[in-house]
Amino acid sequence: MPKRFVSIWFRYLKTDWFTLRQPRLKDLAFVLATPEHGRMVITAANALAEAEGVYVGMVVADARALLPALEVLDDKPGLSDKLLRGIGEWCIRYTPVAAVDAPDGLLLDASGCTHLWRGERPYLTDILTRLSQKGYQLRVAMADTAGAAWAVARYGEEAAIVKSGEQLAALLPLPPAALRLEPAAAERLLKLGLREVRMFVGMPRQALRKRFGASFLLRLDQAMGAEAELLVPVIPPALYEERLPCLEPVVSATGIAIALEQLLQALCERLKQEQKGLRIGQLKAYCVDGRVETIGIQTNRPSHHVKHLLKLFDHKIATIRPDLGIELFVLEASKVEEQEHVQETMWEREGGLDDTGLSELLDRVAGRIGERHILRYWPDEHYWPERSLKSADSFHQTPPSAWRLDRPRPLQLLARPEPIEVAAPIPDYPPMNFRYKGILHRVVKADGPERIEQEWWLQDGQHRDYYTVEDENGARYWVFRLGHYDAERTYKWFVHGFFA
Amino acid sequence: MPATKAEIIARLQQDILPLQGFRPKLSSPAVDLALGPMKQAFPNAVFPLGVVHEFICKGIEEEAATDGFIAGILSGLMRKGGVVLWIGAYKMLYPPALKAYGIPPDKIIFIDAQQEMELMWVMEEALRCEGLAAVIGELRELSFTASRRLQLAVEQSKVTGFIIRRDPRSVGTTACVTRWRISPLPSALPEGMPGVGHPCWKVSLLKVRNGRPGVWDMEWSAGRFRHLPAAKTSPREVQKQAG
Repeated sequence: MPKRFVSIWFRYLKTDWFTLRQPRLKDLAFVLATPEHGRMVITAANALAEAEGVYVGMVVADARALLPALEVLDDKPGLSDKLLRGIGEWCIRYTPVAAVDAPDGLLLDASGCTHLWRGERPYLTDILTRLSQKGYQLRVAMADTAGAAWAVARYGEEAAIVKSGEQLAALLPLPPAALRLEPAAAERLLKLGLREVRMFVGMPRQALRKRFGASFLLRLDQAMGAEAELLVPVIPPALYEERLPCLEPVVSATGIAIALEQLLQALCERLKQEQKGLRIGQLKAYCVDGRVETIGIQTNRPSHHVKHLLKLFDHKIATIRPDLGIELFVLEASKVEEQEHVQETMWEREGGLDDTGLSELLDRVAGRIGERHILRYWPDEHYWPERSLKSADSFHQTPPSAWRLDRPRPLQLLARPEPIEVAAPIPDYPPMNFRYKGILHRVVKADGPERIEQEWWLQDGQHRDYYTVEDENGARYWVFRLGHYDAERTYKWFVHGFFA
Repeated sequence: MPATKAEIIARLQQDILPLQGFRPKLSSPAVDLALGPMKQAFPNAVFPLGVVHEFICKGIEEEAATDGFIAGILSGLMRKGGVVLWIGAYKMLYPPALKAYGIPPDKIIFIDAQQEMELMWVMEEALRCEGLAAVIGELRELSFTASRRLQLAVEQSKVTGFIIRRDPRSVGTTACVTRWRISPLPSALPEGMPGVGHPCWKVSLLKVRNGRPGVWDMEWSAGRFRHLPAAKTSPREVQKQAG
């Protein structure tokens, strides 16, 4: 589902508020001013004043010369922020995510909300009428991206709805300032004669980056929808936290377990309703003597299964020292992720890596012996045997490359090759016999050599010539000679692995 | 207080599950492991699944052979996409080699438990977990009590367990259903061919509950077991018998 954003622009936010407070100002041209460098500078002007040629940033004395009847009021610092925050909280009726867009606007994330007003047009009209009735002059627009909605609200048609995916067409005739650029960049664009977005939107990105900076491209991408934009909601989403005060201090492990179970029940109920699952959780036990004991758990995939989470906490309860007793338990889920609804299988079968039972088992094992002791391997694209595999990033994904099958590899591999004494004919015949751990093995069958070169860009060293040899008992070894035969006898023989 | 919509839906879903036939599995379907004449040794002529198998090996060469034999069996068990847990302390198994036995090495999760106690705990928890194809444990010692616990865990979950015991100090009675010993055999090659042949093992089934122990020569070739008929007696053994 595409995202939909609404941008609200309060054209005369502060002066409108003053008019609301003092109705006599309604038909007067007035400005708000604040002292700056020993003179009064205008920070806001109402529509009547602007019609007479007064603008924001003008010195009051100049404005008075232009318009002797001008009323000048003192500006209140932090007023617009306070007003926007208040209106933003009121806008919760339209969407759960309403963000302040300083200095004079609001951004609403309207994705999935408009159908409650039977469409986008009634939704937008409702916002417009209700806020106008309150006495604010505003312009609104709706688009797929916050950037496009912002631009159209300020520079486009009145109450425009940009259809899904058509933000580019809507932006083309607008001036560059509509992209929320830094003033310097917008000015430079104008100076170069690029007065509309259509004149530069097709230019090579490299050239644009060089001349107008990376932030320019970011704003462009945000408006087009190539780059995601994060809104900071006025009302932050509630924390996943549960508290349980105790009438009498709890001192026993059983008591802690009961408290934990109650907290988990409540937390999991909420997570379940919101289709979320816990990834990292902490139990904080506030003791009577002021200490705070904390135990934590982690899961490798989101879960809201009470029994499972309780089991993860289970063996950590013993590490809490209640001493005089615990008077308050707080359970918080510091990391929570979306959990898709799992389709129940009709008949139990062997699940793959996605099996819930398996991931719960791995959580328990990780809690007991540590996560680093659980390993899954992926192939790595190296010939050098020790480097041909790497630890997998996750327990669920399929490996990025395929396992090689073309060369024989032993089932058992020594972490460090062990030196052996070898009798072998030169130049590159397999050994005739070798002595490993004091026992002489006579080679009956042999295969090789397979030369594996050292990867010089990773490590210095000599190449290895690998042979598969079978002794008279049928035991199969993977042995190699390190380096070339030479007069100084610098080469060495090693056993590296054991074939089945 | 009236129940919320979500609660009602959750309760209804719980009610529907049994009607849909969702109940614990009764028995695992038979898997054909192509073991040939070896099958006759097992009860009902089926390789026992959902039990614990014990493998004794002396020395690293025999352990490699044991790994090979187990890998051959696993390739049959994992055909349906199951996952295997390999629990041990040695970290000697080289995953890329498993590909040759038809096992995707990324479907194996290795748990590296250093202490005996931890290893037993992980092993028991793993064997209790339904939905795994098999669990392999590298243990040195296994007491009767410990083996009984593992067997009890397996009886509920129907997971197959393999225990590899390398150089055990004492081989006493255990509650495991079978006891095996796999030793390498010289590979068979057509006359005059160079190189090393397919892996060959002497598979000794030392003990099997409700079955007949025996010894077979097996070869792993072209992705399946092959029974080598009429165990070839090597010249040296003939000499031994004669002298």
